[in-house]
Formats: sequence, structure tokens, C-alpha cells
Amino acid sequence: MLSDKDKIFKNIYGFSGTGLKVAKSLGDWNNTKSIMLKGKNWILDEVKKSGLRGRGGAGFPTGLKWSFMPQELSEKPHYVVINADESEPGTCKDREILRNEPFKLIEGILYASIAMQAHSAYIYIRGEFYNEYNSLQRAIDECYENNLLGKNILKTDWDLDLFVHRGAGAYICGEESALLESLEGKKGQPRLKPPFPANVGLYGCPTTVSNVETVSVVPEILKRGFSWFANLGKENNTGTKLFCISGHVNSPCTVEEEMGISIKELINKHANGVRGGWENLKAIIPGGSSTPLLPSSLCNDLNMDFDSLKAVNSGLGTAGVIVMDKSTDLIKAITRLSRFYNHESCGQCTPCREGTGWILKMMKKLSVGDARVDDIDKLSDICSQVENHTICALGDAAAWPVQGLIRHFRDEIEKKIQDNLLRKSAE
Amino acid sequence: MPLLDLAMRQCKGWIPESAMKEVGKIIDIPFIKVYEVATFYSMFNLKPIGKYFIQFCTTTPCWLKGSDDLLELCKSYLNVGLNETTEDGNFTLKEVECLGACVNAPMVQINDDYFEDLDEESLIKLLDNLRNGNKVKIGSQLKERKCSEPIKIVGKNKNVKR
Amino acid sequence: MIKVKVNNKVVEVPEGATVMQACEAAGEEIPRFCYHEKLSIAGNCRMCLVDIERSPKPVASCAMPAANEMVIKTNTEKVEKARKGVMEFLLINHPLDCPICDQGGECDLQDQSLYFGKSTSRYQDSKRAVDEKNFGPLIKTVMTRCIHCTRCVRFMDEIAGTHELGAINRGEGMEITSAIEGGITSELSGNIIDLCPVGALTSKPYAFTARSWELNHFDSIDVSDAIGSNVRIDEFNGEIKRILPRENEEINQEWLSDKARFFYDGLKNQRLDKPFVKKNNKLLSSDWNKALDIIIKKINDNSSSEIAAISGALTDTETMYTAKEFFKGIGVKNIDCRFNLSQVPFSNPNDWLFNSGIENIDVIDKLLIIGCDPRREAAVLNSRIRQRWLTGGLDILTISTPEDLTYKFNSLGNDISILSDLNTQIKIKSFFKNANFPMIILGDSILSTSQGNKIHKIVKNISQEANLIRKNWNGFNVLNKYASRVGGLSVGFVPYEGGLCSVEIKKALKSKKIKVLFLIEADDFIINNNDLKDVFIIYIGHHGDRFAGNSDVILPTSAFTEKKSLYLNIEGRAQFTKTITSKPGVAVDSWKVFKALDQKLSSVIKYNTHEGLLKQMFDDYPLLRNQNYAEKSKWEAEKNNKIKLASEINDFLVKNFYQTCCISRSSENMANCVKEILEIKKVNNGNI
Repeated sequence: MLSDKDKIFKNIYGFSGTGLKVAKSLGDWNNTKSIMLKGKNWILDEVKKSGLRGRGGAGFPTGLKWSFMPQELSEKPHYVVINADESEPGTCKDREILRNEPFKLIEGILYASIAMQAHSAYIYIRGEFYNEYNSLQRAIDECYENNLLGKNILKTDWDLDLFVHRGAGAYICGEESALLESLEGKKGQPRLKPPFPANVGLYGCPTTVSNVETVSVVPEILKRGFSWFANLGKENNTGTKLFCISGHVNSPCTVEEEMGISIKELINKHANGVRGGWENLKAIIPGGSSTPLLPSSLCNDLNMDFDSLKAVNSGLGTAGVIVMDKSTDLIKAITRLSRFYNHESCGQCTPCREGTGWILKMMKKLSVGDARVDDIDKLSDICSQVENHTICALGDAAAWPVQGLIRHFRDEIEKKIQDNLLRKSAE
Repeated sequence: MPLLDLAMRQCKGWIPESAMKEVGKIIDIPFIKVYEVATFYSMFNLKPIGKYFIQFCTTTPCWLKGSDDLLELCKSYLNVGLNETTEDGNFTLKEVECLGACVNAPMVQINDDYFEDLDEESLIKLLDNLRNGNKVKIGSQLKERKCSEPIKIVGKNKNVKR
Repeated sequence: MIKVKVNNKVVEVPEGATVMQACEAAGEEIPRFCYHEKLSIAGNCRMCLVDIERSPKPVASCAMPAANEMVIKTNTEKVEKARKGVMEFLLINHPLDCPICDQGGECDLQDQSLYFGKSTSRYQDSKRAVDEKNFGPLIKTVMTRCIHCTRCVRFMDEIAGTHELGAINRGEGMEITSAIEGGITSELSGNIIDLCPVGALTSKPYAFTARSWELNHFDSIDVSDAIGSNVRIDEFNGEIKRILPRENEEINQEWLSDKARFFYDGLKNQRLDKPFVKKNNKLLSSDWNKALDIIIKKINDNSSSEIAAISGALTDTETMYTAKEFFKGIGVKNIDCRFNLSQVPFSNPNDWLFNSGIENIDVIDKLLIIGCDPRREAAVLNSRIRQRWLTGGLDILTISTPEDLTYKFNSLGNDISILSDLNTQIKIKSFFKNANFPMIILGDSILSTSQGNKIHKIVKNISQEANLIRKNWNGFNVLNKYASRVGGLSVGFVPYEGGLCSVEIKKALKSKKIKVLFLIEADDFIINNNDLKDVFIIYIGHHGDRFAGNSDVILPTSAFTEKKSLYLNIEGRAQFTKTITSKPGVAVDSWKVFKALDQKLSSVIKYNTHEGLLKQMFDDYPLLRNQNYAEKSKWEAEKNNKIKLASEINDFLVKNFYQTCCISRSSENMANCVKEILEIKKVNNGNI
């Protein structure tokens, strides 16, 4: 279990109060000037060596991503954009950072801006987070007042302006290029890649989009040194991570833990166990709705990190753990997710626009058993026709939960179909 | 988008076509492009709504915690269907996708505020208080919960069998 | 050049080429719906997915730039699965109502489904129904057929520039819709019918009148404006069913204006099919011999200075040439093809031609437009200016133009007198300074105002002084609106040896100095009916249009789809129309009228056939022989630089794009456009 001294987010529940003073007393903005003066390459290097991987879902190495920005400055300005469009079902970690630890984020953005030579940064926050937006904006205002943002920050000659942009209700805007479109005031429809944002991003300028949590842990890495972070967790899956545990647990919560913690320990220690005991566990969705679910049989000694979960055909995603006990009708639970993806598809490209609808219709039938057994194979094939064929990853994300269900709980689907047949013939 | 949000706040929670046209004029963008954006994002209401706009999250994490039953309760208590407004104009009810407060499920958003960790009792209480113009607690409806910290929940949250 | 391997075949493509282009270079056909050469890349249909080595996912070839040494495969299982999958998805919500769909037989969805799709559908649920949209009197919508390729939206945004279509909602609920209920107001809207790869957008006037495989196709040209757009005319059962653009990158690219596309139904209405002669103030049907005899008598009864002839907007070059020969033979000098009272000079071709060439709009970097409305006078050319403007690096300045030209420009005002101001001329000169390809477009519209002659001189002068006239570049261009105009000027259907020009003829008619007037398809001659009182009018034309009722003798002729005839476009490019349908009644090709009259009078015309006519005309005017080649003539310098213009804000611009000639005025389609579209514009004050 992560010791308190290794915790990055000491005020994640807001128990210590709000405001710059509180944040400073907990270590934020400590040593900022000297870190700033160490410059771009040092920051990039530290982040690279810390092994930090993006906390937004894909787990791409952060230092590497940041270094994709053009090294030579041209006429075009660079932008740092923060993805605070947290909308993945099961995930509510960034919300806690935004309302309780905004200064960690802002400080992280400052270092990121140096690493990527950007003098403007945007935070794209989901529109529904109205109060979180207010907390964040208050924090930004306070930073401006205290020369932590704006011109000549801490007399280092470094300028940075930080703007918050509110979304208006679209899951797809969590996809980085859709986010940029939305930030430009358009419909949030993902762009074709290439070109990648690091070359052609916001307003056609080099841009890097990073997740809230990713950037928020950077100040601590720079202050404590990369090796501290790299020594937490395990190789290639370093550091700490905010986990959200929702669903059928006794105490749902968001909690910071070490990467690679076993799922059992995570649930038992922090969420007071599965409702009805560990034996009552049926399945978990380990990393937000997009990651395929895992049956309890796989959960007994499963570690929560990118590689371990990949090995069981799932993923860490956003580390939003959705726990489902034996009372759960898994087919209905996944059908509800199919409905989510159907609702959130942007409609731009064919496989996703048409496929998510078809998947939902099939899932609805399966969830009441009104289908044939070979419809399961058909559904599986339809999923594979969506997967990999879309502009962005939403198509994949819509397919994976269904594929996971079929992979692990095919017998349950078949049983429902048979029960339905029996019921019908009885009538 | 900020202009559409502003327009919505100025027009009692919805955006009439004339407002979209005005927004287009202000930023020199063809009306159709404004209309595209207004219809793309789920938060832009293009029809009038009541004084309290209840957005019920029913995505899987909330659903697991009984949001469907709460929604049914809410419907019958207010005597409205989905996307309908109560006769007194106080409440409009809408079902929405994940609002990102999954460890505080089930939850609803009413206007700008989240109301979390709901159960039958606290939901009814909340609706009554809003209707009567009483002050309400924003956030978790559990007395002892501030944010997303773990709390032992005993007997508070009804375990719904399904 | 970069080397790319496609299905083991090595091809070289230019740098910046897409994977799709590389595949095509290797002879591989790549299915696609959303991709279109002239539109921005959307990459949304996902039909063009191909396999690229080292890429885990199949890649949209339309959007992916080809790289050196790239290894592309289009025949793998992965690609086949992707195509079949996309095809299946496209069809699940498609109504599959091909038997009752006008697109049937020429439908990308049908064709590609056959080649790349599965033979059966596994979809068993209910299909999406989409509300019909009202896209106006020209475009029929069946939106359930829409596959959301967004070509129409992109066309409106990029080529037409009117931003009238959009994709609203999202996901499965995405719909293409117009900005306002009631239609599309762009002059180029019909092109989205061609662009639509399925049957969602089809032609309303053509609806259910023929099946595509029954139609006979004829390559011809358009005469509704002076661009000379290349068209394909489809005929069935002796009727013209539709007109489509034919690709010609040098002229109309692949676009066509709505008037050119839809005015064909006017060819059936109000047609003159036999000669008429006025008796006791009533027009009675007659025969050719009687009618011609009456004309001969009139000619003999009046002196040649009391006779005048005006040719019209649609008159072909052969007719004007023959008519000129005829009138010369009887000594009539008052002849003019400038029926709109234009004062454009007629001695030197570069005074009236679009000298730079339409295609070179693509390279210009400075443009000054004076006294015209390119959007309504030459919609396709205007869109080319917009396309050039969109790519950046083009500055535009205007004097006396409308505001809604679909691109941004600085206006110097609407009072033409500023053109003779020294300050303005300095401004213009500094505007053109350092320009690589400077262009002035001078409207024939403003040349038809009272100071037209002076304006032409001033603009010529400015063109010289601002260095628009260079060794390999002539930036001085006249834009006229009439298919006949360049032909008429080229073969000299203009006053000679002291004859009266159209402006003078008009005056002479009023003062009754002219007693006999030949109107050769000249329905748009600008004159009051009152001024024609007591004038003997011989109307030679194909439609019972403006002057037919006032005429004393009417002679019926053929329209442009009923004859092979020569038209010269604004660049001086000679192109022929084709005989597609038969002439109504006893109508003849109009040049034969003058041949017949000549035979009864002076017999100066020696040829009897169209071939003979062409041979003699080409011998007289060799430049016409250069088919499909814009004639570049020698610049004649303008020396007078001290002309002053009086203040004049003219109301000379086209208000009604849809009805500008006798054919379009007889067209129900065009009448519907006026009723529905121009009304919408009025309601919205022209703002969409």
C-alpha cells in the first residue's frame, strides 16, 4: 500500500481547504523558480526518465510525446492543451484534481509549457463540470495575482497565459483532435491523422494534448527526482495513479495508489471490499468503460498496471474500476455501455456511426434473449468490422466491451437465449 | 461555444434560433455552422426547459447503483416523462450519459450543480426542497461525505437486485 | 518523385501525392464515396482503406500522404474485410429502393456494392428514417438514402461559397440539412446532385422522367452565359431530359450553373413553329414564301439607311456572319450585335476578350473587378475566383460590384466616376505593384452604361500603366454575359462605314428615322415598346418572347440544341453545339433566313450548306478556325489618359440570375426558382 509520504495528491478530497496558501503549505509552488531555470531539456529528460505514461487512457510515454513538438521554433506558436474532458464512464479522478488540487495542474502546465516552448495553454474542461470550472478559474486567477502565471513569471523571463475552455457535452471531445476542433469552436469531430497535433494542432500550430492527471504529477517528479517516481510501481509502469472504484463495493471512492497494486488489495483496502464479499464478485471493468471486462476468475491475483492488464486482453485505461457483483446482469450492463457509445458517436465516419447503432440493437435483443445463438457470432463479427476501421478510437472503444463480454460470458448470453426460447414455447 | 452558453443562460436555459443567428453575426460565421455546433453538443437545449433542469445519469456505474429505479421514482413523483417539463414549469427531466462522478453514484445534475450519493429518500427530499425554494446541499447527499473519499455506507444505499 | 510499391508493382508518384493516387498510378481502383478531387479531404466514408506495411490498422488512402519506399497492398484479406464491412454498414440503414430511385444505374453505392460488397445483408432490424428536407425547386431529397459523405456540405462551403448546408446532430442521428427551410439559393446548387454518390439528392425536374440507361448522350456546350461551359445533353424520345456538366479543366472544371443545367424545359415552351404575318393588327400564321415576300417588299420600299438589324444573346456566329453578308449586299450599314447597348470597342479582339484565359484565374495574385457581377453573370467563373481565393495569396479589389460575391474583397465604392480620379488610379497602381499575375475583370455590364466607351479607355490605360500587359501575360479582361457576343464581334456584326451602332439605332427608332428593324433572336434589345410604334419589325427567332407580339413578320428558327452552330466564349474559344432534337414545325436554322432573302435580292451569298458557310467564314476569319484555343491578339495601346467620368451610380447589375434569355424566360424550372429562391433571399435580405 502506498505510504502517505509517497502520495502526490495530499489534498485530493479537499480536506485541507482551498486556495493558493493551502496548496503552498502542502508543497505546491515550492522551488518553482529553480526548476523553471533548469530549462526545457532538463524537464523533458526528467519526465522521460521517470517512466511516466499518459494517464488519459492510452498510456503513451509522456516524455516522448512532449518531445515530438518541433525542436526549432518557427513563426507558429506552440500550444499546450490539457484534456479535462473527463467523460469515460467509471472515471472521476480529474474532477477531484480540478476542484481540490488545481494548483498541481497549473504548476505542471507551467513546466510543460517550458518543456514544449509554449506561451499559451488551454484547459478544455467538460461543460458539465461547472463548479469544478469555477474552482479552477479561481485558482488560475490567484496564480495570475501572484505572478505564477502571466508575464515574466517569478522573474524568470518566462511568459505563460492559461485559458479555460468549457465543453458542452460530448464524450468524443476527450479524443485529442476532436478536442482541438471543439476548442476552435467547431463540432467535436476527430481529425484525420496524419498530420499529428504536434505538427498541425490547435489553429494549425504545433500542439500537445495531455491529460490532467499526467500533468499534475509532473511537479512532484521534478521536485523529488525521476528516480523516486520510477522506483514506485514496476518497470515500464511506474509511479502512482488515481484509481476510481465504483459499482458494487461497500465504499466507492477515488484513491491514489501505487501502480501495479493488485485489484483485490485495491478493492479491499480502499473500497471496503466487494458488496457481499470477494466471493460475490462477478466481473470488473478495470479501466473505464472502454476496457473489456474481466471475470472474477481472472481478478484474484491481477495487478493494476498497463502491461498486466494488456496481458489479459484488457487495459488500464483511465483506471476507473467498475465492480459488478453476482446480482449483476452483465449483458444489460454492457448493453447500457453500447447505448453510451451509440449516443456519443460523432457520426462522422461510417463504421462508428452505423456500427454503434447496430451493436446496440443486437445487444438489446441479446439482453432479453430475443436472438439466435449464431447472432452472437454475428455481433462479434460486426464488432470486428468497426474495430480498427474508424477515424478515432471511439469505434474500438465501442467494440471492446462487447467483445470482452462475448469472450468471457458467452455461456451466459446463450443461456438467456435458451431461457427465452423455453419461455416462448411454454407460452 | 462560450457565446452559445451565454445565450442559453440569457434565454432561460435554451437557445432559440434567433439567438443562434445573433451568435453567427457576432463572430462572422454562417448560421448553419452555428446550428451544427448547437445540435452536436448535448448541453445545448434547443427547446424551452423548466426552472430546474434535472439531468439523470443512467450510464453503467450509476445504473449498477440503481439509477433506473431512482429515475422511475423521479418520473412518478414529478409526474413527468423523459424530456418533459412539469405542469408548474419547475422541473424538466432528461436522461443523460455519464457525468463523471461515478464513485458518488447514483447522481443527478440540476442546472449547474451535481447531487450525488442519492437514494430514494434523499432524492425526494431534494426535489421537495427545490420546489419549495429551500436551500439544498450541493454534492454528496450523505451528511458525512465531502468529495470522493471512501465512507462506510451501511443501510443508506439500497442494494437493488436485478 | 517518390517510389511506392503497390501490390508488388513499383510506381513513381510526385511528392505530396496521396496513397490513393499512388494506387491509381499503379492501376488499382480504390473504391470511395466521400473523396472528391475538387473538394477537401474528409476521410469519413472509410471505403478506401488499404493495407500499408508496418501499420497495424488499415489506412484511409485518400488522406494518407504517400511516402518513399512505402509498401501498399490493396488485395489483402484485411482490406477486403474492411471494404465489405464498410459497405455493409453503409447499406444497413439505406432503403435499398433502387427500382424507384433516379440514381439507379449511375449510383456509386450500387456499383461499389456489386464489386466490393457482400451479396446478402445480415441486418434484420428496422431502418433509420430521416425527415425529408426542402432543398428548393431544383433538388429533390430522399434523405434516408444519404450516406453522410458530406460532399454536398463541402461543395457549398468550398466551391459555391454560400454555406447553406450542414450536418446537424451527431452519431446515428446525423442529418444533412439546409440552413433555412425552403431551399438553397446558390447559383451552383445543382452540382450537388452530381456530387451525391447515392440517390439522396437528385434532380427534381428530371424526377421519374427517364432511366439513366435509356438516355442518349450528346456532347455540347452551354449558351446561357458567355463562359461556354461544356455540357452533356441527355435525350430520350425526342426530348431533352437533362443537362450535365462535362469536365473541361480549362473552362468550367466540372461545374455548371443552375440556369445552364435546368433551363432546358424552356426549349419546349413558347416555341415559334411557323411564320406569322400581321394583318389588321393581328398576327396570323403564314408560310415562308409569303412572309419573305412581305420582307422583300419592305426592303425595297425603304432606303437602306432606314433599315437596321440587331442580333441577340443566343444568335450563333454563322447567322451573324451570313446576316452581315446579306445586309452588306443590300447596303444596310446599321447592324449591331451589342443589343444591350454595350460600348465595347470592336476593332481589336483584346478589347473585348477575356485575355488572360479562364484557367489562369488559378494563378492570379491580384484581382480588380470593375462594374460587373461575376456571381450572377458567370457563376462558374466566379466560383473559380473563390477557389483561388480560398487557397490564399489573392487580394481582391472592386469598383461597382455587388457585395455577395462569395469571397472577401475591398471595395473602392459604387460610383464609377472614382475610376477617373487620380487618387484611385494611384491606389490601383500600388495595389498591382509587385504582382506576379495581375488581373482586371471589366464588366460588359458597365460598358453598357452611358459612359461605357470612356470607362473602357480608362481601364485599358490603367492596365498599361499598372503593368498588366506583359510579354506573356495580358491581365486585361472583359467579362460579357452573352454566348453570342464574342462571335458577333469576331465576324464583324457591327456598324460599318458610318452605320449606326445599337445606341444610335435606338435613338433613330425613337425619332422614326429607322423604319424597318430586323430583330435576330434579339429578345433583350433594350428599348421601350412605345419607341417601336410605326416601325416595321421583322422578328427572327425561336421563342414567342418579348418582341414577338409587336412584330409585323415572325420567322421561326431553331434553338441551340436543334442545330450544329458555332459559339465563341469570352476567351474567343470556338466551340460547336450539336443537333440533338428536331426543329419544331417549319423552323429553320436562322442563317438560312438570310440566305433565302439574299437569293431574292442581291445574291452575294454563294454557299448553300453549313459546311460551305463555315469554309468561307473561316477563310475570312482564320482565328475562328482555332477550335478550343483562345485567340490572343496584339495589344493596341490606349494613349488617352485624361478622360474624366461623371458621377454615376448605375443600377446595371443582374437582379434575376434565373431569367436572362428567351429560353430561361420560357422555363418553368427557372420560374419556380424565381418564385421560391429569390423570395427567400428577399425575406432574408440576401443574408443566408
